[in-house]
Amino acid sequence: MAAGATYFPIATTTLGSATATVTFSSISGSYTDLVLVENGQSSTGGSYTRIRFNSDTGSNYSATYLYGNGTAAGSDRYSNMTFIPVAYVASVETNFNHNTIINIQNYSNSTTYKTVLARSNNAATATDAAVGLWRSTSAITSIEYYLNSGSWAIGSTFTLYGIEYA
Amino acid sequence: MPNTYQVISSVTVGSGGAANITFSSIPQTFTDLVVKLSGRSSRSAAVGEEFYLTFNGNTSSYSERQLRGDGSSVISQTFSGSSIQQLGQPGAGATANTFGNWEFYIPNYAGSNNKSISLDGVTENNATQSYTYLEAGLWSNSAAITSITISAGSYLAVEHSTAVLYGIKNS
Repeated sequence: MAAGATYFPIATTTLGSATATVTFSSISGSYTDLVLVENGQSSTGGSYTRIRFNSDTGSNYSATYLYGNGTAAGSDRYSNMTFIPVAYVASVETNFNHNTIINIQNYSNSTTYKTVLARSNNAATATDAAVGLWRSTSAITSIEYYLNSGSWAIGSTFTLYGIEYA
Repeated sequence: MPNTYQVISSVTVGSGGAANITFSSIPQTFTDLVVKLSGRSSRSAAVGEEFYLTFNGNTSSYSERQLRGDGSSVISQTFSGSSIQQLGQPGAGATANTFGNWEFYIPNYAGSNNKSISLDGVTENNATQSYTYLEAGLWSNSAAITSITISAGSYLAVEHSTAVLYGIKNS
């Protein structure tokens, strides 16, 4: 991305208390793409990260993974989920060693389903790439990002950026 | 609205090559850092010639977990030691004028937690074998990152290798 590009912080949070779900709401539709950057850890045993849009808890999500845990590489797929499981390999436990960068393309259109490309990393456990789909034509106006169990720890950081193509 | 994705510094390797590419005196005013690297090693092999990433001149407490495809198989490996060391580049035996392409994303580089890094790279080559990489990197050190060094080890980053350091602000 060249200098002067349109990469804007929409919202950011550094947790002051353990929090089960980080929510970005009232997301403006004025951008082209979204990027969510997380650098966190679990406070109570959660290992996998999940994302959900517009509070939709229906079985409208799917995902495909490519992962490596240091000894094995693999790929798996899930359909008709109630969320997109972003970090596929258990990796969010300790020392803020975890990061995830989630790209959400063309999030505000009302014609197509929404796709997600995510990279999740913990040098102590695994690296993985995930592509996810939300089968909805609704513009994304809110994002919930959470763990499979427990809460995000104090000090975990989350920032949502908007990218404009013009 | 603020522009929060800014160039901090850039390097283009000149004639004769360079053993290291260094970004020093990195301002602490951003939230995250991004490095975009286009590199090629002077070492003789075609692909997978490592570059090495270190912070603040420190040579301890690095680890990484890698997923690598070579066009016919995929493996996952771990490494630890004095650098993040598996940043494969084309070498002197690779197709002429072909450079590797890497991005390093370093969130919260100025914070006091360990530094967790996302690394993606490719070493394309017009031959049977080439590499694509996904890597998780970690520097287990609470110091703020003030300098970044990309080293070609005992070899050189050849002329026309480039690296650009960007800063991203969350406000």
